[in-house]
Amino acid sequence: MRFKKMIAGLAFGVSVLAANAASAVEIEYWQYVFDSRVKAMDQLIQKFQAANPGITVKHTTFPYAEYQTKVAATVSAGQGPDVVQLFYGWVDGFIAGKLIQPLPKDAFPHDKIEAEFFPIVTAMKRNGEYYGLPTAVRSLALFYNKKAFQAAGLDPNKPPQTIEEFVAAAEKTVKRDGSGNIVSEGFAMDMAGQDHQWWREVLVRQNGGVPYTDNDRKVAYNNEAGLKALQFYVDLQNKQKVGQLGFMDEAQAAFKGGLAAMTIDGTFRLGAFNAIKSFEWGVAELPAANGVRSNYASYFANAITGKAQGEKLDAAKKFLAYVSSPEAMEIWLKAVGELPARRSAALTQENLSNPIYGPFLKGLEYAHTTLFVDEAAQRQVAIDMVNRVLIQKQDPKESLAEAAKAEQAIIDRAAK
Amino acid sequence: MTTAPLSAHGARRGFPVRPGRIITWTLLFLGGLVMVTPILFMLSTSLKDASQVYDLRLIPEAPSLDNYVTVLSDGRFLRWFINSLIVAVCVTLSNVFFDSLVGYTLAKFNFRGRYLVFIAILSTLMIPTEMLVIPWYLMASNFGWIDTYWGIMFPGMMTAFGTFLMKQFFETVPDEFLEAARVDGLNEFTIWWRVAMPLVTPALSALAIFTFLGNWTAFFWPLIVTNSRDLYTLPVGLSSFAVEQAIQWEMIMTGASLATIPTLIVFLLLQRYIVRGVMLAGLKG
Amino acid sequence: MVTASPAKSSRLWDGMSLRQKRVLWAWSFLAVPILFYSVIRFWPTLEAFWLSFTDWNLLRPASFVGLANYIRLVNDPLFWQVFRNTAAYLVIGTPLSLLISFAVAYYLDRVTFMHGFIRALYFLPFLTTAAAMAWVWRWFYQPVPIGVINGFLSSIGIPQQPFLRSVTQALPAILAPAVWAGLGFQVIIFMAGLRAIPSSYYEAARIDGLSEFTILRKITIPLLKPTIVFLVVFSSIGFLRIFDQVYNMTFNDPGGPLNTTKPIVLMIYQTAFKSMEMGYAAAQTVVLFLILLVVSLIQLRVLKDR
Repeated sequence: MRFKKMIAGLAFGVSVLAANAASAVEIEYWQYVFDSRVKAMDQLIQKFQAANPGITVKHTTFPYAEYQTKVAATVSAGQGPDVVQLFYGWVDGFIAGKLIQPLPKDAFPHDKIEAEFFPIVTAMKRNGEYYGLPTAVRSLALFYNKKAFQAAGLDPNKPPQTIEEFVAAAEKTVKRDGSGNIVSEGFAMDMAGQDHQWWREVLVRQNGGVPYTDNDRKVAYNNEAGLKALQFYVDLQNKQKVGQLGFMDEAQAAFKGGLAAMTIDGTFRLGAFNAIKSFEWGVAELPAANGVRSNYASYFANAITGKAQGEKLDAAKKFLAYVSSPEAMEIWLKAVGELPARRSAALTQENLSNPIYGPFLKGLEYAHTTLFVDEAAQRQVAIDMVNRVLIQKQDPKESLAEAAKAEQAIIDRAAK
Repeated sequence: MTTAPLSAHGARRGFPVRPGRIITWTLLFLGGLVMVTPILFMLSTSLKDASQVYDLRLIPEAPSLDNYVTVLSDGRFLRWFINSLIVAVCVTLSNVFFDSLVGYTLAKFNFRGRYLVFIAILSTLMIPTEMLVIPWYLMASNFGWIDTYWGIMFPGMMTAFGTFLMKQFFETVPDEFLEAARVDGLNEFTIWWRVAMPLVTPALSALAIFTFLGNWTAFFWPLIVTNSRDLYTLPVGLSSFAVEQAIQWEMIMTGASLATIPTLIVFLLLQRYIVRGVMLAGLKG
Repeated sequence: MVTASPAKSSRLWDGMSLRQKRVLWAWSFLAVPILFYSVIRFWPTLEAFWLSFTDWNLLRPASFVGLANYIRLVNDPLFWQVFRNTAAYLVIGTPLSLLISFAVAYYLDRVTFMHGFIRALYFLPFLTTAAAMAWVWRWFYQPVPIGVINGFLSSIGIPQQPFLRSVTQALPAILAPAVWAGLGFQVIIFMAGLRAIPSSYYEAARIDGLSEFTILRKITIPLLKPTIVFLVVFSSIGFLRIFDQVYNMTFNDPGGPLNTTKPIVLMIYQTAFKSMEMGYAAAQTVVLFLILLVVSLIQLRVLKDR
């Protein structure tokens, strides 16, 4: 059985390695994998450790797809992170599972939070306690390829402001081959990307509706407004033929490859698009329609898990305070492109006049935040709704009704 | 395809060249080329730069190893490669040891309960791993095995398939050999290890090849049990890499090539043993 | 290996008969494996059954809910869709891959010129990693201008196909790499089976003047029965448990479009590790277990008897 011992020894060795031999307080921080976020956090940790020599922070990351489950499983087994990043929409589940603890009021006084952060942080407040604070918030904007605009005879410094201008620009910039196949999109359609947010919080509202009522617990888009919004979206592929779901696999890939003139995406994409060398691009506010502007804002917050106690709790408090400080927000803005969560750090003259951050910051002022119960499942409902129309040629009205029913069922199940 | 002459055995002896045979050969050859086309495209694209990816020619205009340099330079691939190697080698050694020990015991010892043990082990063949994944996950998180090598390896340390295979082979080992060793005063462990094991080396190599390949390409369980990127195995790492690369096909193809090339090299070196191993496992399994 | 501690036990050992000693050896050889199979296979199996009767969701402790998960499953249209998909993977994949691999093996067996090389061409895909090749195939299926297959179709004047973006083509498109990767293995096994048939059978048949097709039907295939049974069961189980290809080829819309490619293992994965509904997922795994059991038993019965 020497072999078995060897294995056990190996397993032991690995865990010792992983546990690190540092004598100082070590806390663990978890977030999901997104290259620029990981690098930014590494930078923050380095600065934090330099300022707090007695504390080391272990930074662990996972793919987004498994993130929530991994956190739930490890924290409920009494392991895992001391400080954890979570999507604002997960907070109810995390509190119900006692995965996270309220932020201590001594270190994070409520009046200060409410005075200094954007109001959307209240989505982290439950029963008079804050359960987390964001470093950055994100909103959507229209990215456009200046080179493609110029080639189509459009002014590369005048991006579309209204939905009519947007459609016109898409029609001018789309390119097709002899058999009518799109070889370069006017607008990159991607329901699995950010288009579902655009549809839900922007297009529905611009057509005179609201996506939900009752604190986002009742689906309200199964009406004329929802139908118009859906019709507009599917017409981009069916009628105007300016885009095609699945083209280049993902909208961001099409835009990055220079094969889409416009795409709607979030602040978090700036890092990736900054790497584009073959053309210049610009950012504009999401197009207005019927005189209405809207946007979708969201954020990941950092929270302290139930596991952190004693000296680890003290270290976690210090770390959380640091990653929500104006200094950290500035570093995050530069590295990731996500907007600072504190007004003072965000709404500087410099940021507002920045041609890239400006449109996102403006969007933040009129943005809505969907209170998801299960973001992945609700997104899937929107993806399927559009697919039914585009692939199965279902009547949009029926598809919309089916989606509303499915989403309501998801919300009701979660509320139980 | 119709006029090809009769049996294999006839064909292998004679060497008459007939039109039917040429057609057969050509069709088989073309089919074979179609089979490797995906692999060739993958390799070819990994040698192209981003601007040539849309150029669908098989032979790159200006082949370069830049993508490999980029992918390998951040060190993660090497790490995943080593992780996969550690996991696959350890699990293979464990299977070679335990499966053959159990197979031998069931084949060559007479004791009450033998049949029961055999049936019990064999019955686990009917239990799909997917069914065990949730309890394993629970077990791993309770014992702190999540995100460790041991966590990736423990479910596969022994398999019923390997045990059954080895039992079949040990049954063909003549008892006289073992008796002779017993008369010489060797203990039972030594008899198994020194006398019986060398007699079934082809079976052992078949078992080793299968176990290794199965663990080298395993995806489902490592995906579930690993957390940090440092512990990913190659397939899981590659999948996450592909997503992170935000659909840059030349990079994804480079990653996929890196996952494939080592097994191709090993195959080219050991082709004969691998094919024989597969045949043995198929016939006896 | 045995607890051969000092004096007392050693005397006990000496007092045993040869037969008793051997029995003791046998059990000591089996000790660790029995522990392993009990803890890593049987106990989890029982646990999976137990969990399927609970509402455990990782966050709350499990409580017994009787048959609620099974009732929900039967009433879940997604489950029936997934059930049909899984069946489609099986009933298309198994016969298709067996037919192709048999044809290849049958003819390749007679080829001597570059035999090893051609065999290697068919065998190579078997050595690839499904998760890696899924991405390669996913790329092949892209629309123009980047997709290889559509690029080829357009160049010869055939309209481009939606492949992974279609509710009818996506499942076969995902099945293709699974069949492709398994062919080499099946070809080798078939060739081993063909070679195990004594040549005297063929010689006798030839003397009797039987046509080649008759020989194939009356001699080759009946004598290949064990090989065929093995391959049918083996590849059926593989197709019923398909996951790697689907997961990687439909990453952004898992099992899509519109769940038309979702196999049961992906549903289990999503229920368990995304929605965290472990109890419900456990019920799905029990159903998968029953499906595998029934399919294997039917196949063994049908193929053995005939």
